[in-house]
Amino acid sequence: MNRLANRLLQMLVTLVGVSFLTFCLTYLAPGDPAAMLLESADTIVSEEILQKTREELGLDKPFLVQYGNWAAGLLQGDMGMSYSAKKPVVEKLSEGFVGTILLAFVTVIFVLIISIPLGIWSAVRQNEWPDYLVRFFSFIGVSMPNFWLGLILLYIFGLKLGWFPIASSTITAKGVILPAVTLAIYQSTKYVRQVRTVILDELHQDYVIGARARGLSESAILFKHVLPNAVLPLITLLGMSIGWLLGGVAVIEIVFSWPGMGNMAVRAIMMRDYPLIEGFVLWIAVVYMMINFLVDVSYSYLDPKLRKGEQR
Amino acid sequence: MIEVFKKNRVFAVYSAAVIFILFVAIFAPYLAPQDPFDGNMRNVLQPPSAEHLLGTDKLGRDTLSRIIAGTQVSLFMTICLVILLAIVGSTVGITSGYFGGKVEMILMRLADMMLAFPGVVLAIAIAGILGGSVVNTILALLIVGWAKYARLVRSLVIKLRNNDFIIAAQVNGTKTINILWRHILPNILPMVVITGAMDIGTMMMEIAGLSFLGFGAQPPTPEWGLMLNEGRQYIQTAPWLMIYPGAAIFIVVATFNLWGDSLRDVLDPRQQ
Repeated sequence: MNRLANRLLQMLVTLVGVSFLTFCLTYLAPGDPAAMLLESADTIVSEEILQKTREELGLDKPFLVQYGNWAAGLLQGDMGMSYSAKKPVVEKLSEGFVGTILLAFVTVIFVLIISIPLGIWSAVRQNEWPDYLVRFFSFIGVSMPNFWLGLILLYIFGLKLGWFPIASSTITAKGVILPAVTLAIYQSTKYVRQVRTVILDELHQDYVIGARARGLSESAILFKHVLPNAVLPLITLLGMSIGWLLGGVAVIEIVFSWPGMGNMAVRAIMMRDYPLIEGFVLWIAVVYMMINFLVDVSYSYLDPKLRKGEQR
Repeated sequence: MIEVFKKNRVFAVYSAAVIFILFVAIFAPYLAPQDPFDGNMRNVLQPPSAEHLLGTDKLGRDTLSRIIAGTQVSLFMTICLVILLAIVGSTVGITSGYFGGKVEMILMRLADMMLAFPGVVLAIAIAGILGGSVVNTILALLIVGWAKYARLVRSLVIKLRNNDFIIAAQVNGTKTINILWRHILPNILPMVVITGAMDIGTMMMEIAGLSFLGFGAQPPTPEWGLMLNEGRQYIQTAPWLMIYPGAAIFIVVATFNLWGDSLRDVLDPRQQ
């Protein structure tokens, strides 16, 4: 329990640090937030009203007081108002979150379908042609910019073949396929290597030799002994990539005009919508750390060796 | 040097490829068949032809010339970034590893904080808020990336710190700065160089990604990520504008990845 408490404390420190860093940046950045909140395309706001708004928003206070106020608001679930949408930041974030979580979910399914069989195949036939083939494709994938891959898939399957929409500003079942495939190919090139390493590690354990000596068939060894042992490290690795995906993979969301958080964040940055940017960065920090934490907890729960260590 | 290449054929081949890319980058202005900035409105969005091997863009600029000029921009940015990462990371790592104490605790907490967070998101936010430019892109990726190097160097220094030759130097009354410069630094340098070399490809991709989003180099700079972003709008009418700059990124990143891997094998035979 002590270890978990320690982790939670460390997460809190990181959160404070990250939020402070983003707040510093937006504080130093050019532009007057009061003007940005009030002004739209063609209205001019008088200096008096601007001054009043600044006072209301606490923008005339010293930096640390402003940060303190913002952090206090956070604890009550208030992240401020988005300048560009004139809506609460929390509302804007939850709008984008639906798209991102759907994309992440579909991507993870594709990643599993692609990389688990290929990783196992490549490990079982180590240093034979399947292994070389898988490693070759994994190398190609690692060196390929994923936004370029996205554009090429969009060109072939969206424009030339017309199987998928080329832009999906609303969430549709057809629209999610191409961005998810792009992300899954990119993620799989990394994941397949990790699956291969994990399976290879297990295949070199003594119990595998023991099982072979007892005359078990190779497939029985693989499915009944090796795979159950390989599940734990694979869950960890998958958890990390889910964290990465929920971060809103901005570039891919932009390529496919997918209405997710990354897309929203990039627009927020372009419009200098500082409260929304702060909220987004903080949100990513929370999600990313929560997932790492959950993976950690599930690890000590699923692994009997670690469970004993806790009780001692 | 020639001995090294003779013994490691693979490394020699990849090094030759890397030297070729460096050559293209350095002599880009002389190699480009046309001026990469000079448009011609009568030649807008032309498909590849004998005159324009890779076609022209929305301002009638020659794509091939812009890709060649982009080699210089991309490589310059990447190499600056990797060198800065190595310098900042080594400085932080040596300071915290050698001196320990409160300084170490604070610096390593900071490093942990950076590592516990998806770097790309923060880099996008930093580069975006500071405003897109070559310098801000490098700065953003530096802020996000130094922690990995600092952690690595610190762990190496801690291993070295209690070696006899360091203790002997301390007993002899060698100045601390000389111990760090003459005894610690040469011992950690190979690992830092390997890590840096293997990072070139990744960093190049992240720079291109930031430019693609519009938070990196600004027009009319011939930067590959930016060219992809500009070409994206013409995906239907001028697909060559998005195919070739991406291919350039892919080829150069793949070459540097292969070269980095083989450099590791040469410098650090233990890992083979």
